[in-house]
Amino acid sequence: MIAPIRIVPLLPVSSEFVSSLAHPLHSIFQTEIILDLPLDNILTAVYDDSRLQYNSTDLIRELLNRFSPSSSKIIGITSVDLFVPILTYVFGEAQLDGTAAVVSTYRLDNTIYGLDADPILFFQRSLIETVHELGHTYGLYHCKDQECAMHSSTAVEDIDLKSAMLCKNCRDQIGIGD
Amino acid sequence: MSENKKSSILIVDDEPIVRESLTKWFRQDGFRVEAAEHANAALKLMEKGPWDVVILDIKMPGMSGLELLKRLREIDRNAQVIMATAFASVESAVQALKDGAFDYVTKPIDPDHLSHLVSNALQQRKLEDENSILREHITEISGVNEIVGESPQMKRVTDLSLTVAQTDTTVMIRGESGTGKELIARTIHANSSRRYFPIITVNCGAVAETLLESELFGHERGAFTGAQYRRKGKFEMADGGTIFLDEIGTVSPKMQVELLRVIETKQFTRVGGNDLISSDFRIICATNKNLESAIKDGSFREDLYYRLNVFSVLIPPLRERRMDIPVLAQFFVKKYAAIMNRTVSEVSGDAMDMLIRYDWPGNVRELENVIERAMVLAQSSSIHANDLPFQNSTKLEMPKDDTLEAMERVHIESILASSKWNITRSAEILDIDRVTLYNKIAKYGLKKP
Repeated sequence: MIAPIRIVPLLPVSSEFVSSLAHPLHSIFQTEIILDLPLDNILTAVYDDSRLQYNSTDLIRELLNRFSPSSSKIIGITSVDLFVPILTYVFGEAQLDGTAAVVSTYRLDNTIYGLDADPILFFQRSLIETVHELGHTYGLYHCKDQECAMHSSTAVEDIDLKSAMLCKNCRDQIGIGD
Repeated sequence: MSENKKSSILIVDDEPIVRESLTKWFRQDGFRVEAAEHANAALKLMEKGPWDVVILDIKMPGMSGLELLKRLREIDRNAQVIMATAFASVESAVQALKDGAFDYVTKPIDPDHLSHLVSNALQQRKLEDENSILREHITEISGVNEIVGESPQMKRVTDLSLTVAQTDTTVMIRGESGTGKELIARTIHANSSRRYFPIITVNCGAVAETLLESELFGHERGAFTGAQYRRKGKFEMADGGTIFLDEIGTVSPKMQVELLRVIETKQFTRVGGNDLISSDFRIICATNKNLESAIKDGSFREDLYYRLNVFSVLIPPLRERRMDIPVLAQFFVKKYAAIMNRTVSEVSGDAMDMLIRYDWPGNVRELENVIERAMVLAQSSSIHANDLPFQNSTKLEMPKDDTLEAMERVHIESILASSKWNITRSAEILDIDRVTLYNKIAKYGLKKP
C-alpha cells in the first residue's frame, strides 16, 4: 500500500465539502485517508496584500511546519485564490515526489466566470485537481494521456476534459492496482 | 508529457522565488530545467547546452537581459528566448524581438499563456532544427562532386566556377556540345547563396520560337489557343534561385529584345496578362555558338551579349584535355556498374589507349554513351577494345611501341589534327612554345595533310 493521505481543510473552505472527497480518493489511491481537523489560522500568514491572493509556495511551507515529520501525504484544500509569484494564479501546487500539496477550489467554481453554480461539476473539478496534486507528491509528472488526472491543465476548460482517474501508466508508476 | 522529457528549459532571473517556482512548474511537465541567477551563470550553462527554450528576465543587475540575449544567441541561435519583465515597455519589447527573442511576456504570467508560449517556442525550435538538417542534406546532395577531371584546364574551370558562385554575377558558359555546360551551371548554383532555391533550366534551342515567350514568362488563361490554365513562366519559377538559359545563341531577335528588358528590370508580364511580375533570379547562360560572329552578322544583339557575358567560363573540348579521359572513363564505369548492377570495374589497357586517342567530337557526353554501351557488351570484369564501337574509326595510328617518344609523336599529331594544323593553338594546348613545336614536327617528320 502506498503512503496514506492526510486531508487538511483550510478554512474558510467547507469542511463538509472536503470530507466528501475522502471516499473517492480512497478508491483512486487505494490507501488510508485521514481527514484532519480544519485549520483556521494558517492562511493569514501567506496572504499577499499587493496581489490580494495567497502564496501557495508559502502555504506548503506552513503546512510542512505544522505536520513534519509525516509519513503520509498532506493535502491542504482551500477556497481562496492561490498564486506563485511568477504566475497570475495556480489551481494548486505540490512538492514533486515530496510530502505536501495544496489545492484551491476558487477558480473551479462556475460562478466566478459569471455562470450558474454547478455543484456536481465543482465537486468533479475539485476531485480531479486534488488527485492531480497528490499525484505529484507520489512522484508523477504531467501525463500525455488527455483523460488522465495527471494531464497538465492551465485553464478550467482543460480540467473538464480530464477524469479523476489515473491512467494505467501512472498507476503502474506509483504501484497501485486497477 | 513524454515529448517534453527530451526538451530543456533554462531560466535566467535574479529573483530566487521566480527561479524556484518556474523550475518546479516546468519539472512537473517533465522538462530538463536549470536556473541561473545572473548573466555569467547563464552563459556558463548556455555553453553546456543545447537549451530548447530560455526564459530570460529583462531587468537584472549587471548585464541586462537584452545584452545577455545577444550573447546567448551567439552561442546558440536556435534556442528560443522568451523575455520576461515586470516593467513592460514597448521599446524594450521591440528591441528584444528585433534582437531575435521568440516572444516577450510581462510578469506575472498567465499560466495558460505560459503553457502555450513554451509549446509554440518548442515547435519553433523543432522546425529550425529540421530546417538545419534539411539544409545540410541539400548541401550534401547538391555539392560539387560530379565535376570529374584532373587536367589543369578542368581545374581552372572548377576554380572559376566556385569563385563566381559566391557572387550574383551573370555567367556565360561556353563550350562545344557535350562538354558539360549544364553541370557547370548547376555547380555554380549549388555553391551560391541561392542554392536553397531552384535552378530552372530552359533549353532555348529545344522550345519552338512561338512557345518560348510563354515558357519563359508564363501565360494567363485564354492567352492563346490551348492556354486553358494560368501558368507560371520559368523566370517566375526561378524567383530566389537561378535560371539557366541553355543554347542562348538560338534565341530569335524578337525574344532577344524581351530578354534584354527582363534582365535589366527583373520584371515582366505573363503572355496575355497585364500585371507586372517581379522576380529575383540569377542568370547563367550557355552556348556552343560563336556569338561574336553572330553579332557581326546581326543575328545576335550586341547589348544582350554584353549583358550576358559578364563572366565567361570556357570548357575545353575533351580532345584538348586527354588526361581527363581515363578518370572520366573510370567514373562512368563505376556509375553504370551501380545502375546496371554489373561487376565490370575497369577499362583494360588496350581499350583505354583507344579512348585516349579518339577525338571525341561529342565530348564527355559521347564518352559516357560509349562507356554505357561497352558496359552492356563487356563479357568480363573489364571493358576491352572490342567492346568499343569505333575500332576502325580512330583517326590516329597506335604507336608502334610504348616509348615516350612514340607516345609524344602520336599526341602531337593528334593535337595538330584537332586544331587543323594551327601551330599557335597547338602550341598553347601542348603548353610548349611554337619553336619547340616546329622542332618536334621536324623531328617526327610530321606533315600537314
